[in-house]
Amino acid sequence: MIPATAETTDALPKIVNTPWWRGDRLFRLLVGGCALLVLLALGGLIVVMGFGGLRAFQAFGPGFIVRNIWNPVTDQYGALAPLFGTLGSTLIAVIIALPLAFGTAFWLTAIASSAVAEGVGTAVQLLAAVPSIIFGMWGFFVIVPLMAQHVQPALRHWFNHTAGVRWLVHGAPFGYGLLTGGLVLAVMITPFMTAVMRDTFSVMPPMLRESAYGLGATRWEVMQQVVVPWSRNGMVGGVVLGMGRALGETMAVTFVIGNANSIGWSLFAPRNTVASLVALEFPESPAGSLKLASLLALGFILMLISFATLAAARWLLRSRQA
Amino acid sequence: MTARGSTVGWQKTSRATRRRVVDLSATAFGWVATAILVLVLGSILWTLLRNGLEGLSTAALLRPMGPPGSHGGLANAIVGSLVQTFVALLIATPIGLGCGIYLAEFGNQSRFAAIVRFVADILLSAPSILVGLFVYLLLVAPFGHFSGIAGSVALAILAVPIIIRTTEDMLNLVPTSMREAGAALGAAHWRVVIFLCLRSVRPGVLTGILLALARVSGETAPLLFTSLGDQNWSLSLNRPMASLPVAIYQYAGASYSDWVALAWTGALIVTFGVLAINILVRFGFGRRKG
Repeated sequence: MIPATAETTDALPKIVNTPWWRGDRLFRLLVGGCALLVLLALGGLIVVMGFGGLRAFQAFGPGFIVRNIWNPVTDQYGALAPLFGTLGSTLIAVIIALPLAFGTAFWLTAIASSAVAEGVGTAVQLLAAVPSIIFGMWGFFVIVPLMAQHVQPALRHWFNHTAGVRWLVHGAPFGYGLLTGGLVLAVMITPFMTAVMRDTFSVMPPMLRESAYGLGATRWEVMQQVVVPWSRNGMVGGVVLGMGRALGETMAVTFVIGNANSIGWSLFAPRNTVASLVALEFPESPAGSLKLASLLALGFILMLISFATLAAARWLLRSRQA
Repeated sequence: MTARGSTVGWQKTSRATRRRVVDLSATAFGWVATAILVLVLGSILWTLLRNGLEGLSTAALLRPMGPPGSHGGLANAIVGSLVQTFVALLIATPIGLGCGIYLAEFGNQSRFAAIVRFVADILLSAPSILVGLFVYLLLVAPFGHFSGIAGSVALAILAVPIIIRTTEDMLNLVPTSMREAGAALGAAHWRVVIFLCLRSVRPGVLTGILLALARVSGETAPLLFTSLGDQNWSLSLNRPMASLPVAIYQYAGASYSDWVALAWTGALIVTFGVLAINILVRFGFGRRKG
């Protein structure tokens, strides 16, 4: 398909003679300009954010990244707590979402009949389309009370005396916190991961799957020994893509994470993330202030992290298709 | 002999049983995971309906926002959202189409095209709040005031990659013979692309634009720093402009019950609008994958 198109593209200007020649060149320039504009958008995003945050890096040095302070009164800022919250909530989200997404993709591709799978697959894709602020509200009004009244007290009750994890369940059960944030994020990214995994599974040649069934393998054996090894890259790509979403998600997290600039073992204590901190503090940051520069520096760091993550996801997802 | 035979037989049964148990538990796990996802979707929709329907009245739809207790509505936010997303699509559609055309028709193997494809992929999942910050620095800070057009530009940046991807995918589906047929009739390449290729995949391209619309119409974070929101009517793109997601954000965390009720109603409108577009795309334009 693609080589043929390239050939035609090369051949066309020769076939078509001069009258429209000028038009074609203009057209090419025009669409090429659009492409360039897209490059400029991302380049501008990184450069502008970097320059905006430069003052914070100048004031606090590279140590800005590991400073654990956020104090507008004394004008001292550091990135450690929001970065901790961002990475922590993303980690929790991926830990919860991975088995859910894998299980659902397994169900959709191997267990359900195709008619049912079509319907449920559509439902899952619709879940992926729900705007993130809706997840935030749902988390705020449904998950937070649930966590405060049932989940967190229960977790505390069970694990309070288990040596290794005692610190994780420390703290008053307010309902907010890193765990709740991670949970809502997990609900957000699971549909994406499911969709990617399902796509990856479905591009596998059916012959491989059928041969395994023909040898007498069970569903799970086919999944574990044929499908998963064959589509490993795509699966990891899907997980990393979901991670990228979770890293930069704002509205869903801002509602439920509790928004306190702190670091600690407890999963119940309120934390914040880069995105939620920016969303909340930005309106109170006058233009030209060191606070604004610090927020932009945080944005720059977040951009670099998600750039690396998304590039990795793309590389993993494309390498199999090529 | 019998003993040995039975041992082998026992081992066989045991292995088969274990395989069956493992398979059954994996299957059960698949069922549970799917059930959880479906339940979550159900929970979200049910919560929205339960809390949003009671506030859904003509007053909520026709009155502008107001202070708590003043029986305000969401009308200016709804209109502001419509205006901003419409302007965003107006900006994003030509750029997205152009870039998609470039990738499919001109830049197949070139290095530049590979980079553009990569960048579009990154932009597709870039944190939307950072896009908001970027547009703030570009269009708000230099002019000294928030504006509807800044909000539209932020939304457009989020919409462009979706349009690019669907346009390129669709154009790649057009058979080469069609381009050759056009060229054989003496049409210029640009005419072939626009009047033959693009026209033949119009439903697919329209799908991309609608998906972009669905994606940006629920976006909140990029609007916080660009169009900010406004309690009053304002249709000027040069001034702060209300939008439904920002209104939901402001109202949901408030301690006034009528504001919270309005937030739910707004959430209901946004979600069902977005879901309706998605369903339209899935079933209205035939079953196209991608």
